[in-house]
Amino acid sequence: MIEVTEKIAIEHGLKKDEYKKICDLLKRNPNMTELGIFSAMWNEHCSYKSSKKHLKKLNTKGKRVIQGPGENAGIIDIDDEDAIVFKIESHNHPSFIEPYQGAATGVGGILRDVFTMGARPIANLNSIHFGSPANKKTKSLLRGVVQGIGGYGNCIGVPTIAGQTSFDESYNGNILVNAMTLGLVKKDKIFYSKAAGLNKPVIYVGSKTGRDGIHGASMASAKFDDKIEEKKPTVQVGDPFTEKLLLEACLELMKDDSIIAIQDMGAAGLTSSSVEMASKGKLGIELHLDKVPCREENMSPYEIMLSESQERMLIVLEIGKEDKAKKIFDKWNLDFSVIGRTTDSKNIELYFDNNKVANIPIDLLAEHAPEYDRKWKKSKLPQRIRFKKKDFNKLKITEVLKKILSSPNVCSKEWIWEQYDHTVMGDTIQKPGGDAGVIRVHGSEKAVAASVDSSASYCYAHPLSGGKQIVCEAWRNLICVGAEPIAITNCLNFGNPEKPENMGEFVECVEGLNEASKYLNFPVVSGNVSFYNETKDKGIKPTPTIGGVGLIKKYENMITMDLKEIGNIIIILGKTEGHLEQSIFAKEILNEKKGPPPEINLFNEKNNGETVLKLINDKLIQSVHDVSLGGIITGIAKMCIKGRKGIKLYKFKGLLDKFEYYFSEDQGRYIIEVKKDNFEKIKKILDKNSNHYDLIGEVIEDNISINDEPTLSVDKLTEFNKDWLNKYMVN
Amino acid sequence: MKSSVIIFPGSNCDRDMDVALNKFGFKNKMVWHNDNTIPKSDLVVLPGGFSYGDYLRCGSIAAKSNIINSVIEFANKGGLVIGICNGFQILIETGLVTGALLRNKYLKFICKNIFVKANKSHNKYFNKIKKDILELHIAHNDGNYFCSEDDLKTMEDNDQIAVRYCDINGEISVNSNPNGSIQNIAGVFNKKKNILGMMPHPERVIDNCLSSNDGSFFFENLLSNMK
Repeated sequence: MIEVTEKIAIEHGLKKDEYKKICDLLKRNPNMTELGIFSAMWNEHCSYKSSKKHLKKLNTKGKRVIQGPGENAGIIDIDDEDAIVFKIESHNHPSFIEPYQGAATGVGGILRDVFTMGARPIANLNSIHFGSPANKKTKSLLRGVVQGIGGYGNCIGVPTIAGQTSFDESYNGNILVNAMTLGLVKKDKIFYSKAAGLNKPVIYVGSKTGRDGIHGASMASAKFDDKIEEKKPTVQVGDPFTEKLLLEACLELMKDDSIIAIQDMGAAGLTSSSVEMASKGKLGIELHLDKVPCREENMSPYEIMLSESQERMLIVLEIGKEDKAKKIFDKWNLDFSVIGRTTDSKNIELYFDNNKVANIPIDLLAEHAPEYDRKWKKSKLPQRIRFKKKDFNKLKITEVLKKILSSPNVCSKEWIWEQYDHTVMGDTIQKPGGDAGVIRVHGSEKAVAASVDSSASYCYAHPLSGGKQIVCEAWRNLICVGAEPIAITNCLNFGNPEKPENMGEFVECVEGLNEASKYLNFPVVSGNVSFYNETKDKGIKPTPTIGGVGLIKKYENMITMDLKEIGNIIIILGKTEGHLEQSIFAKEILNEKKGPPPEINLFNEKNNGETVLKLINDKLIQSVHDVSLGGIITGIAKMCIKGRKGIKLYKFKGLLDKFEYYFSEDQGRYIIEVKKDNFEKIKKILDKNSNHYDLIGEVIEDNISINDEPTLSVDKLTEFNKDWLNKYMVN
Repeated sequence: MKSSVIIFPGSNCDRDMDVALNKFGFKNKMVWHNDNTIPKSDLVVLPGGFSYGDYLRCGSIAAKSNIINSVIEFANKGGLVIGICNGFQILIETGLVTGALLRNKYLKFICKNIFVKANKSHNKYFNKIKKDILELHIAHNDGNYFCSEDDLKTMEDNDQIAVRYCDINGEISVNSNPNGSIQNIAGVFNKKKNILGMMPHPERVIDNCLSSNDGSFFFENLLSNMK
């Protein structure tokens, strides 16, 4: 075996002082296998060494939280015997190198995190971010990622119910692929990863181990340069068919009490799964690597421990249950092998051909992993911009609206989600394209809503406000379908934590996120951090992605955003201040990219949201949509498109310029459609709760009619909205 | 009425079909692909999904599975057999219905509601359905139906075309063809019309809160013919 030197350690992504620490802790030099294990466990991806300090502050408690961060996924109580297991995770680097497999295995990985806990996956979501449409790689990356997500999710038979796609040149060399899964479990049938008991058999199940993905976790913690294509062999290859078998086999085994602990082999494969199970149980673990089913010949202990072959699980079983378990895995044509046992040594001990090939105290890998307090730079709130309102007079609202609706970040993403099976399992009651996806809890009156959101431009302009904003947006999106928001999962995509600017973006986004999460009582139950999203030393815009989950107690109360009935009136709930900086209008129409993002007023946010939820539950609202990108008019146009109805806007009154009113992106606002007869009742509620509102128009047939401007047909608008992506992908 | 749904490794609409059959009054049993016999049934369903991962060719491995001989035997005796989506692909691979299912014309997976016109004459699947145009749902990558001109003529002469894609007004045209299928064919019968293979999923549209409720007519009609 090659002797380990400092140089080799550095090639494994370890820092000089980290290697020194390893030698000091071990009181000797590690061998190659041990070095491989340390490098996998101590890298950013597994150890959270740069983020841990800040993540500890997160608001993770709530009366519906059954399991917060630290397990395979978070769990929330949704009444009766039911709980929802959910988490979001990134697969950014692999997806840039090999978009189909990168995205597919991202979906596969998050699905395993959820069914490891005993839950049947019931919904997938994703948040994907690409470079500028003009960038020559964007189209093929988008096509590959979408096919990869679809290829995996469609095959395993879990509906993809919602998502988000954005384009920004900061992702030109580093796209983002974040995948989220929700699973349904009975509260008394949850499985955890904490091993317990001595001499319990450790079982390997699933696919065979190959040489794919070795050092995948280290790659996830490296920055990109021109030679990134050479990393292709480190991308894992997914097989959703095997995962489907693994899912069914695991759920079958989970029907009784044979399993003590279970953990999927994700990042850092057998290494992190075995170390984590033993570490949580404060036990040792002994593995015989020649018993690991291998796909390729002559695999070394080093390769077996670091392979990231997909669709594998590690299980600690009750003694005597091996035969019964094996029968189930045989039935599903999956490998099953007893590869070791739990011990009281508190070490991970590896054997190969009867030789001991590694022996490391587990606490060195877990608790003693480095933790850094990285330097970070506070960002200033940018100055407001004095827009020349006189110039607005040259513009026509309808023309601007057309441009915005067909802009890459606002246009319809139907081309994408039509490629995802969003109806399998037969419980999807709100498909992609709305404010949130909604699925019935099978066989009950309940439904669960989920959405994913991120606002990189806001976070880039001012991380603290941006962090707050995304949590509020997730909360709003859930409310817009009639769900009570319960909890969130976050995927924190950032640049290089060793750079104070990037680290500052992280720290302040997390701070903002936490503030909103606390105020709205919307705790974080799971998540993942992805650092080093940079190419040639240029980081991406900070992109924390929030996945929100909410409960609808009676699914008949679910509401959609499409306009329902001619003659109904349209109300804007929430105050419009006319904040144009960082809006789509400012960026796309005025080409002004500077200025602060819209301010977040958490009191109004909560007050308005709760009022909307009350109005929905009292059945006083016909449709609702939150005001987001593109402002009020863009939101209304989308409601028109979905409902195939028009709107007549009343003559504009007020102190603001009409462009400020219609296109500003002030937060905490909702567009609601109500019956005229209900207006007095609603007015009373709004006045009582001190909600600001404006009555702005009414539903008509076919056209959008804005005061003195020529009318615009909804059919035309639909075309503008749909065409951009279709044409972009075809040409 | 008794039904059986076959589960192949990789089937993923087996539960949905079970739910639908039970909802409309069938007594359904799930049957494992490795079994050799089907329990006593009035109806056998091959569900959608990705049997054997769609490896080799969609449906081809399932068509050689243990259970399939008894499905063929059941069908040859005149038993009612439905193959939906991947089930249709399997029926084709067994030779129980004619044709081939190619990759969709635009090489994309398509998941959406579509409209179809069903053949109501002399079959137990659509005969008494009142609605002329049904809104069903498709979700597939390989649903582009193809057959030779001779086969097409034979099937047309025998009235074997079961379902065609159309638009909301019933117009059958290139514009209402989602996947490039020849003559907008979405489903076909065998000669005796006891076997139906089709791409659209009736089991996903059986409630007003889902994307359509028209699948209900399909199951209700089928059951009414079996009583």
